Amino acid sequence: MTESTLVITRSRTQTIEVGDFQFSPDFSEPANFLLAYRMKAWEIFKKLPFPSETDEAWKRTSIKELRFEKFRLLDPSSKVETNIPESLTKPLADDIHGGQILLSPGRATITLDSDLAALGVIFTDLEHAQKEYPEFLAKAVEKTSSEAEDKFTALARALGTCGILLYIPKGVKVEKPLHTLFWAFGEGLVHASKIFVYLEEDASVTYVHESSSPNNLDGQSIHTGIMEVYAGPGSKLNFVELQSFGSNIWNFTHERVSVDRDAEVDWIFGALGSHVTKNFSDLNLIGQGSSGKMSGFYFTNQDQHLDHDTQQNHLAPNTTSDLLFKGALLGKSRSVWQGMIYVAPNADKTNGYQANRNLVLSEKARADSIPGLEILTDDVRCTHGATVGKIDIEQVFYLESRGMPRKTAEKLIVEGFFDPIMQRIPFNGVRNRFQSAIEEKMNGY
Amino acid sequence: MSELEIKDLRVSIEDKQILKGVNLKLRQGEVHAIMGPNGTGKSTLAYTLMGHPSYIINSGEVKFKGRNLLDLSTDERSRLGLFLAFQYPVSIPGVTVANFLRTAVNARRKANNPEDKGIAVPEFRKLLKEKMEMLKMDSSFAGRYLNEGFSGGEKKRAEVLQMAMLEPEIAILDETDSGLDIDALRIVSEGVNLLRSQNIGVLLITHYQRMLNYVKPDVVHIMMGGTIVESGGAELALHLEEHGYDWVREKYEPGFVSAA
Repeated sequence: MTESTLVITRSRTQTIEVGDFQFSPDFSEPANFLLAYRMKAWEIFKKLPFPSETDEAWKRTSIKELRFEKFRLLDPSSKVETNIPESLTKPLADDIHGGQILLSPGRATITLDSDLAALGVIFTDLEHAQKEYPEFLAKAVEKTSSEAEDKFTALARALGTCGILLYIPKGVKVEKPLHTLFWAFGEGLVHASKIFVYLEEDASVTYVHESSSPNNLDGQSIHTGIMEVYAGPGSKLNFVELQSFGSNIWNFTHERVSVDRDAEVDWIFGALGSHVTKNFSDLNLIGQGSSGKMSGFYFTNQDQHLDHDTQQNHLAPNTTSDLLFKGALLGKSRSVWQGMIYVAPNADKTNGYQANRNLVLSEKARADSIPGLEILTDDVRCTHGATVGKIDIEQVFYLESRGMPRKTAEKLIVEGFFDPIMQRIPFNGVRNRFQSAIEEKMNGY
Repeated sequence: MSELEIKDLRVSIEDKQILKGVNLKLRQGEVHAIMGPNGTGKSTLAYTLMGHPSYIINSGEVKFKGRNLLDLSTDERSRLGLFLAFQYPVSIPGVTVANFLRTAVNARRKANNPEDKGIAVPEFRKLLKEKMEMLKMDSSFAGRYLNEGFSGGEKKRAEVLQMAMLEPEIAILDETDSGLDIDALRIVSEGVNLLRSQNIGVLLITHYQRMLNYVKPDVVHIMMGGTIVESGGAELALHLEEHGYDWVREKYEPGFVSAA
């Protein structure tokens, strides 16, 4: 099979005056594949400017308040904090795990059912992957990587070896969900994570990944991450991502899921935490007959700022994408959703849907919703819609007239608002997490 | 014995005076009908009693179970035992009838006892099933989003279902008969009568005599120009049915000349 071209160019970056980091990563280990990959990314990082508000994609999310000069990298000899809350280690997609990795910078605790290991499933952190499965790691990285197109992607690639390799061989159906948790910690640190997922032909798996950190820290920390996923021909991937970082985290992530011929991806996002998030999520339908569903849930409060930039790229004929993102906002928080459906000239008989709905619950909160279509062929069906609304006082009055205090009434309306997203999530554990997030945020205002 | 007593109630909306001194006393177990042409303030009275924020009370008093109703929030009024069946119920997308009713029942329990953990699911289901059967509603109704895509008749039936579940002491029915076909009207009326037999007081706002054939009123009031101008027995409604409102207008609207 020949490589498909996946490069959808976002607007070019321009130089602006922001600070720079005062650190350099450690590349002193013996030569290996991952090291070469990281060193190359560091060279790119050094050449690229920081994104600025003159870039279309960064217009609504500023990094000016980052105190660049204060950040440092975690000293490898320092004590690693691993008191991960037990509640985060429970299964989310089912009652049991097929495997779990608790990942902190400098440490990984890995479990995998022996029957899955016997079938050739690789589920490990990047350090072990480099040592034990270098050829599979190289295959996964080469399949999914393109030139780093922005500063933070390059940084995520360059820094450290914290990350995951999940590799499912041909025809293997993994019944029990696999779960990884990335736990960041500390103040004034830059954390990076790299996640590589590769499904061979006709493989299937449910993979849950959560990014989290303590919520009681003050000093800024950065997380920059990449997620590179390839779903081979005829494969099926259920992919659940939760972001529950603490309120000191500036989170910059770039995720790319490539879906080959007749493969199916069901991709669920839940964004609850972080101070600032700028996320790029690209669904690349590269093979004929492939399909992808993207379901997003976000709920911001206080001074949170979450910016999700989604791209549904139809690069082959007979492909289907269906995106629904729903968000509620409290306090003086802000959300941005900017979405694009791109249909390549050869991608006939494409169905593309996107919708973004926002419920603004406070006077000072603000939601921006920017849908987009770029269609370069005729035989397609694409729809998009974007709404930003408030709670209707007539609805509140109606519920109050049935004896519900105002807060209960508003909470019920918010739950109803999110119901269409809940309906798209086949996992009780995930729905419960979203439900308790609604509860917690609605109780706290 | 609950009693709703309205004294010289004056209410305006957007600086327009709608209610110009309403007096009424409704005891538990009684049915009072309020009839009158459009725009005379019947719905304003209903909304005001329930505490809608758009209505401004200029003066007057409403006593309910010894409390000054107008001092209470809408949800407190409801929990005290007042119910309004809306003329135009709003839809709540994404919230099922069952979920909504369970939340409403639990809000009452929690107000009585902050430690209450809420009604047990099987107990709730049994109660809901019982009330729905009484109103001849299909069980699938419980799983539908509240009022979303409901026909006019379904909306009215859902209002009566809510009333049956919440067991108020005084219920205001704001044109609950409008939009109902004859079968639905009979079922809804039977539901109201059943609650009446459990000693509920009903303030029934209507344009037509027809619901009063099923739900026999103890008192009929005629409202015009923001006040109650005539009160009488059930025969007053029959008189209106036959003669219309012109005779009332002639009597109470200065300068009104009948077209007849």
